[in-house]
Amino acid sequence: MDLSPLLISLKVSVFATVFTFFFGILAAYWVVRMRRFQGVADGIFTLPMVLPPTVVGFFLLLLFGKNGLLGQFLAGLNLSVVFTWQGAVIAATVVSFPLMYRTARGAFEQMDQNLIYAARTLGMSEWKIFWRVTVPCCWPGIASGTVLSFARALGEFGATTMLAGNIPGKTQTMSLAIYSAVQGNNRERAYAWVAVILCISFATLLLMNHWTGRPVRSRRKGR
Amino acid sequence: MSLFVSIKKKLGSFHLDVSFEADGGILGILGSSGCGKSMTLKCIAGIETPDEGVIRLDGRVLFDSKQRINLPPQKRKVGYLFQNYALFPNMTVRQNIAAGVSKDKKDRDSFLEGKIRSLYLEGMENKYPHQLSGGQQQRVALARILASEPELILLDEPFSALDSYLRWQLEQELVNTLEGFSGGALFVSHSRDEVYRICQKVCVINEGRSEAVLPVRTLFEDPSTLSAALLSGCKNYTRIHPLSENAVFAEDWGVPLTVARNADPSFVYAGVRAHFIRLVPEPGPDTFPCVVTRVVQDVFSTIVMLRPCSAPEEGPTSSYSAIRAELSKEAWAELCPSGKEPAVLSVQIAPRDILLLKA
Repeated sequence: MDLSPLLISLKVSVFATVFTFFFGILAAYWVVRMRRFQGVADGIFTLPMVLPPTVVGFFLLLLFGKNGLLGQFLAGLNLSVVFTWQGAVIAATVVSFPLMYRTARGAFEQMDQNLIYAARTLGMSEWKIFWRVTVPCCWPGIASGTVLSFARALGEFGATTMLAGNIPGKTQTMSLAIYSAVQGNNRERAYAWVAVILCISFATLLLMNHWTGRPVRSRRKGR
Repeated sequence: MSLFVSIKKKLGSFHLDVSFEADGGILGILGSSGCGKSMTLKCIAGIETPDEGVIRLDGRVLFDSKQRINLPPQKRKVGYLFQNYALFPNMTVRQNIAAGVSKDKKDRDSFLEGKIRSLYLEGMENKYPHQLSGGQQQRVALARILASEPELILLDEPFSALDSYLRWQLEQELVNTLEGFSGGALFVSHSRDEVYRICQKVCVINEGRSEAVLPVRTLFEDPSTLSAALLSGCKNYTRIHPLSENAVFAEDWGVPLTVARNADPSFVYAGVRAHFIRLVPEPGPDTFPCVVTRVVQDVFSTIVMLRPCSAPEEGPTSSYSAIRAELSKEAWAELCPSGKEPAVLSVQIAPRDILLLKA
């Protein structure tokens, strides 16, 4: 059996999760501290979660296509993301971003603000406060957001097809492989990929419960 | 250390308008809940921004709305002890204490060791805050503040989250620690007892407005306003108007009172502490008859609630008319011949025990 859909899926979702992790946390941090237009920013950041993935993919195609704003910019650098695995990463990032953003935001909002105030009066820089206090204290929320984003990126279908297409060995992820297998009446191949996706997704969720259920003290980075 | 604060801040319908000066030692800030005490501290620390005003510490301008100066909290050198201590849960005791110490500081390790030792935290360096008792947590929080070498420490009701036994012990520790601290401190509390024991001077905040800074003794022995008298624990009040040079009419009690000082018309309230009210069975000089409305047995004393016979009819302000007397259990037993509680007693107040108060 050709394993390329598994490898492509993992590659795409790992990259997408890394991007989502940083963008989601920064967006959440920014929105929590906004004084005005918080609702508008929140709406824009959450939109990819409620829009049909095909609509998200359509917008991405408009943006990154030959005549799109970013597409023309990339073309100037002799790059194109349409119908490439990088395009699949972009689609998965955008679709999984709201999950990371919303869980991180909830964690930031529930955090004891006195910790941040105390850190400031102690003279810690905002950058240090963010990475040494805020992120570790919100770790359960951030970790579950990361895992949910990874699971979502792994299963991404609609936006990916629109932007990256369904090219076997190049952009065909597992979910696309299942679609193609069913279309081509290849039931066995569909069953196989369904089983793989089920296992990975379930293992991810188990990992999340295991990870976020432990007390804070054991969650430090290697020290 | 010298601190000058004069700030205004509007929060919805609440107006904070405080100004005071502090010079060394521990200044108490006394006020009831929601009077703006904590907000004042937050403005000094730079956590909140006042709408207008000036904050100066040792000649440094921390905030000046006219000059558009607003130093970030990081640059103010003001330590803040939070009610819940705000220790970083993801860091050990040692990392917490080191959080405010610059990486480039020379002798950093021995400096940290010194702070750990001076607050009796040896052996706990590698524990996490949740593994410590409330008292230990407070010591870590204090060590962390002292390690950041502030010029001023703000203490925001540091004992409010503790039970009374622990509170006493921690209070002693806190006073010991602050005695070794070269800068100044502001101690915010709603407890007159704590302020009396810990502070040298006190500033009363009433509904967002600050009153004059007084030595603590003065506030308790001779409060000048109604709110200061209330916060100092005075229980009995009446509105008054002057009758002659040393007599006033107690409007809510319906009786004239002889006072020991000049009854200036600017005094509009009179107050009497509960333990200065004497109860006598028969009328005599400086007495007026009262109906006993309720007798409450406290742990070590008896509290007798009375209502003057000449008090005006019950109305919305009739709470002023209630008189609360506190006497020893023996003294109360003497007033109850054959164990029967008297229905009417005479209240005797010595003229020197009457506090004359401004609005």
